[in-house]
Amino acid sequence: MNRRPAEERLLDFGEVATGLSEDSAVLEALRCMGCPKPLCVDGCPVSIDIPGFIKAIAEEDFRTAARIVKAENMLPAICGRVCPQEAQCQGTCILGKKGKPVRIGDLERFVADWERENGVEAPETAPATGKHVAVVGSGPAGITAASECLRAGHEVTIFESLHAAGGVLTYGIPAFRMPKDIVKFEIGQVLGLGAELKLNHIVGRSVAVDELLAYDAVFIGTGAGLPYFMGIPGENYSGVYSANEFLTRVNLMHAEKFPEFDTPIIRGSRVAVVGGGNVAMDAARVARRLGAKVYLIYRRREDDLPAREEEVENAVQEGVEFVCCANPTKILGGPEVQGIECNRMDMCELDESGRPIPRPCTGEGSIFTLDVDVVIEAIGQGPNPLLAGLIPDLKRGRRGNIEVDEDGRTSIPHVFAGGDIATGAATVIWAMGSAKKAAASINKMLAEN
Amino acid sequence: MKRNQIADNIFEYWINAPHVAKNGRAGQFVVIRIDEHGERIPLTISAIRGDDVRIVFMAVGKTTHQLAALEEGESIQDIAGPLGTPSEVKNWGRCAVIGGGVGIACLPILARELREAGNKVTGIIGARNEGLLLLEDELRDACDELVVCTDDGSKGHHGFPADILKEMVAAEALDAVWIIGPAIMMKITSFATLDTDIRTFVSLNPIMVDGTGMCGSCRVTIGGETKFACVDGPEFDAHQVDWDELMNRQRTYTGQEKESLERYHEHTCRCGEKK
Repeated sequence: MNRRPAEERLLDFGEVATGLSEDSAVLEALRCMGCPKPLCVDGCPVSIDIPGFIKAIAEEDFRTAARIVKAENMLPAICGRVCPQEAQCQGTCILGKKGKPVRIGDLERFVADWERENGVEAPETAPATGKHVAVVGSGPAGITAASECLRAGHEVTIFESLHAAGGVLTYGIPAFRMPKDIVKFEIGQVLGLGAELKLNHIVGRSVAVDELLAYDAVFIGTGAGLPYFMGIPGENYSGVYSANEFLTRVNLMHAEKFPEFDTPIIRGSRVAVVGGGNVAMDAARVARRLGAKVYLIYRRREDDLPAREEEVENAVQEGVEFVCCANPTKILGGPEVQGIECNRMDMCELDESGRPIPRPCTGEGSIFTLDVDVVIEAIGQGPNPLLAGLIPDLKRGRRGNIEVDEDGRTSIPHVFAGGDIATGAATVIWAMGSAKKAAASINKMLAEN
Repeated sequence: MKRNQIADNIFEYWINAPHVAKNGRAGQFVVIRIDEHGERIPLTISAIRGDDVRIVFMAVGKTTHQLAALEEGESIQDIAGPLGTPSEVKNWGRCAVIGGGVGIACLPILARELREAGNKVTGIIGARNEGLLLLEDELRDACDELVVCTDDGSKGHHGFPADILKEMVAAEALDAVWIIGPAIMMKITSFATLDTDIRTFVSLNPIMVDGTGMCGSCRVTIGGETKFACVDGPEFDAHQVDWDELMNRQRTYTGQEKESLERYHEHTCRCGEKK
């Protein structure tokens, strides 16, 4: 994917990746061998007919290409941007064995962007069934479940606790990776199928549990929004943020435009981001755009970073300094942050995931401090506890996630769940994949009743 | 929205919000956003009547000044709620509900629920002066008895609600107490029940963003453990609260808040001149 130069993109929140032109999309599409047993489709959590849509692009029939993609995925412009294709469809592409795989993600994005600019065709929906489905949460999982249930002819009401739809697409992923007009547009397409969206409604509070359970079917997609903290001294000083808070202040509340927008943020002159996932990269890159020198502290080696390679590259290009094999032990200062104390880590034997277990070094030089005035913790999120905890018969796992079978069924017969609330924190596309399965179960159940 | 000014610089707004009114209880709050550029601010539910929810606020920062400038019938962009865990309302026996400043506004709904649960409820309200007292008549009605205090003696008891609370504690006349007001007032007033068996609740007001447990901005230390005021609270055991930390965190954006307010005043003045 082509990217805007780092020095230019640091000045704004505009999109970094620039997308394919029609000509280059067709050329790229022509590389696809159209395997009779396409492995790429196996690698896609929502089972898009990948060779089918790529063939249509090669034939310059972009309308058909869009139709094929949207048969399985109503959020293609979003997925084309944030799916980890290298670990999914492109990871299994046969061309990748000897050379470069087909740039399936870029092609998906191209098709979606082309359709958005050239007029969108609404998918067909089945005749109204008179059944009513409640969807809790309007993130990737909720929107996907809603679109599947709407297409099956059911009435759908989506409840969202925030003032804007989109979940993590809106509050979590920054605009330079996921432009907000695109999120609005694609969610608008789903709402356009006839969903009722109720913003500012907290299910379990605004909508009581018995009101929720009165729907013919319920899909819970409340996500993994509960930020974990490290539990080290100094964590509650002013200037220590969870990545969720830092990103929400900017992405949802536009704190980067303070005082034009009312929500403030501490910009920091030197910022430490703790963690190595995509969220950590997002936080680090936002902090760079707010003008800070940024350190990213990660306890393993750079090679072990769980973030997408592309995001790590972007962060490096944008001047984020990686401090690897280090783990924070204390935040210094009070009441404001003045620094962060870290312990260097030894890489020991490999764990089940094949990564080395980091253990704190001892002895001289193993403790060092960084002079920072903001600390952002991006060490993971747990399932949102609020609703799941208020439904007495709903079986939950050890971490508080809702237990589901492989078809998205919970311990309550007409209640289904998908996305991070069921699987634990994962990717947008995995949330969509599990929501799609749950929605298929809902549609099957409602058809039988 | 219906509005009234009920004390110096203090306003009550009745907002039509059926989704909040339906299940809202004492101790819970709403998060509001005035317009597309607005911040999300939490405000405790003061009363509920039909589909309407009452909030009470003092114009201190940019957002509350802007809110105060709305006219009757105008709307705000968003109101989310009810949020937070409701007050622990049960038959405690003898309760005191204590309000300081704007915190007084949180008492009517609480006093009513406590009385419905069979408690004898004493209201104690305090403000700097008579002009800052609010909802006195309503609370006289909602409580079994009401004691009014002013710091300057301009009305009622010359002194603080803590003085009255101390007398009640000494007389062994209490089983549970709620103290709601500025952090420093809650901290100092709650000393009166230290080393007693009287359950003492305070309603914490840290800075929040989403108010649904998602960001951790409102984290407070309760008995050495980190809690999120928005979902685990906002009411906690007064004697477990790390008050200094709370007050430090409340001051995080003092500079920006000042900048924002100055900009707002400048802007409204200029608009006034044009007219």
